[in-house]
Amino acid sequence: MAEAAAAHHGEHEETTTGLNHRKLLMWAFLGSDCMFFGSLIATYVVYQGKSKVGPFPEDVFSIPITSVSTFVLLMSSMSMVLAYAALTRGNIKVFRVWLASTAIMGMTFLGFQVFEFRDFANYKVELECAHLEPEKLTEFEKTFVDRCTEGVDEFKEQHGLTPRTNLFGTTFFTLTGFHGAHVTLGVIWLLSILFHSFRGGVRPETNLDVDLAALYWHFVDVVWIVIFTVVYLFGVFPGI
Amino acid sequence: MADDTHNQEGAAEVHTGHPTPMTYFKVAMILSVITAIEVAIFYVEDLGHGIIPILVVLSAAKFALVAMFYMHLRYDAKLFSGFFVGGLVLAFTVGIALLALFKFFV
Repeated sequence: MAEAAAAHHGEHEETTTGLNHRKLLMWAFLGSDCMFFGSLIATYVVYQGKSKVGPFPEDVFSIPITSVSTFVLLMSSMSMVLAYAALTRGNIKVFRVWLASTAIMGMTFLGFQVFEFRDFANYKVELECAHLEPEKLTEFEKTFVDRCTEGVDEFKEQHGLTPRTNLFGTTFFTLTGFHGAHVTLGVIWLLSILFHSFRGGVRPETNLDVDLAALYWHFVDVVWIVIFTVVYLFGVFPGI
Repeated sequence: MADDTHNQEGAAEVHTGHPTPMTYFKVAMILSVITAIEVAIFYVEDLGHGIIPILVVLSAAKFALVAMFYMHLRYDAKLFSGFFVGGLVLAFTVGIALLALFKFFV
């Protein structure tokens, strides 16, 4: 009875640490998830540059596009934290607006990822044989230069990148795919809270539920910060 | 006047134990600027391998800002930080061990 009353008022039962066990469990989970992503990132780095066949990162990555999706995810973290702040102030309407914004930005990020995956899977080597500039070609594209024989103005051949194509494809899709799965779960979680709020289930006194979802959301953001640098920026930079 | 505003913000932070929305906004702006710098640096070819430590530092700064301000580790109990940083250190150690195992540093 006392526990139910405490839960109703957003308090927690007495613990040996003095801290809420649900929140402690969430932090323990995030710590373990760090190890999960740490292993995936390390595996990507280990196999970086070891692919025998293309396409390679410099063929498929588009840093401007990924920068935009990174920016969207960073901004979603801000809107999430503003949603939580609005809830603690008791402003449910503002809380809903920021929470919906966070979910929308999360879906936008996923949209970028779907676009990127599709783009990679449909990657084509395209050479304008009539105006060939070898110094501007990537290593993978250079292997097709001999296909520009006399009378051929343009060379085009599909060499899509999938998880089965090469080591780069396997490690890249595994890492970013798991991150995308985390974001998807986060979006579902946020939308569940949003719908729950319309049924009166979210109140300032029970803000721990939102706090836990926010922690998870910020975690997928910090993981992406690392992925963006290690996978995308280091991946395309020549000589790394 | 500016000091008053600053004091009011500080008071709000002390009162709730969390930063104000303005602080969150400022952090978001800093994160955006760092990301822009990262992308800009990426296109500076003269840096060569010097780009690695620069990007690592910038990325770590973004990571720390989100963890401290958005995840409230700066304001919450130290045990939460311990759980997270513990996992992070283990992840880093596993990563380094894996790289060493595959002769990445040789």
